[in-house]
Amino acid sequence: MRALLVGLLAVSFAASAQDAKKEIQKYQQMIASGSPAELFELEGETLWKKPQGPRNVSLDKCDLGKGPGVLKGAYAALPRYFKDAERVMDLETRLLYCMTTLQGRSREEATKRVFGNENEPSEMEYLSAYVAGQSRGVKMAPGTSHPKEKEAYALGRALFFHRAGAWDFSCASCHGEEGKRIRMQDLPVLSEAKYARPVMSTWPAYRVSNSQFKTMQWRINDCYRQMRMPEPSFASEATVAMNMYLAVNARGEPYRGPGTKR
Amino acid sequence: MAAGPMKMRANLGQGFTDIRVLMTHPMETGQRKDSEGKLVPMHFIQNLTVKVNGKTVIEAQTSQAVSRNPVFSFRLKGGAKGDKIEVSWLDNKGETNKTEAAVA
Repeated sequence: MRALLVGLLAVSFAASAQDAKKEIQKYQQMIASGSPAELFELEGETLWKKPQGPRNVSLDKCDLGKGPGVLKGAYAALPRYFKDAERVMDLETRLLYCMTTLQGRSREEATKRVFGNENEPSEMEYLSAYVAGQSRGVKMAPGTSHPKEKEAYALGRALFFHRAGAWDFSCASCHGEEGKRIRMQDLPVLSEAKYARPVMSTWPAYRVSNSQFKTMQWRINDCYRQMRMPEPSFASEATVAMNMYLAVNARGEPYRGPGTKR
Repeated sequence: MAAGPMKMRANLGQGFTDIRVLMTHPMETGQRKDSEGKLVPMHFIQNLTVKVNGKTVIEAQTSQAVSRNPVFSFRLKGGAKGDKIEVSWLDNKGETNKTEAAVA
């Protein structure tokens, strides 16, 4: 009798967890249409065209890999190797490169405030929203042929599984096993295409709970904070490699972002 | 702070028009404290006006309960392609912004 009762309780708990999941899916569908991410895209477009820096030029001629000023599908093909910079770059790293080379700004000035807050979003956040939005519907195809691109992928993969820090955590400690979650937030197994695809095709994204637009560099930075590891440098080889690893795992998925998250 | 962008879509259905409008606004409730522990003053949209070809069809009063960067959607009876929709807001500081779109 008792076993039966426990069994029934277990069944009803599972059912309510299922219901909650369904409700969350419904909520996600609701917030996906008419997302404030679109407002960030609009602001980003203004910023893209705004002359700035010592040379007083806009980012209009910035080459994101498809030629100077070509935005269509550019985000979906990142990260990739750039010959002019002789390194693999993700979106924000490339934007920073354009700010320093085209606009003549110092790296120090351009990276002073890369992650914004709800009252004052950062330039990188606005620009990421705008550029990523120009890849909607384009299949994600980061660079995988150049030796440096292969190197970045291998480094990203190694970092994903590398345990370190005060808690001896790696990315895989949370994102390496199926069926794990934090509160109601599912933890996707990012080493597998099946899980990496829906995630990477909707980042960067607007976060409803704190009204902020979040970029991939922020995502990696904050994961390292949560693992209690030293803060990675913005646009560093390591953060770009992490982005490369995740993007390659998700390749082939049509880009649907900028997304809206809880 | 200058008012940020707004974005609107207006689509014709079978005998109705759906309007969806996004607006940039901090929507401060007056209850939140900043990093120094001081209350952030109230700053929220108080009035919304929807006009079709210059004629007011909706007037709404909104409160602090509405989220930051809100999205509103309305369904109007009738309408025709090319009808000019104008949505404007007024907040408690007297700031205002508006956007226009033609029904598609």
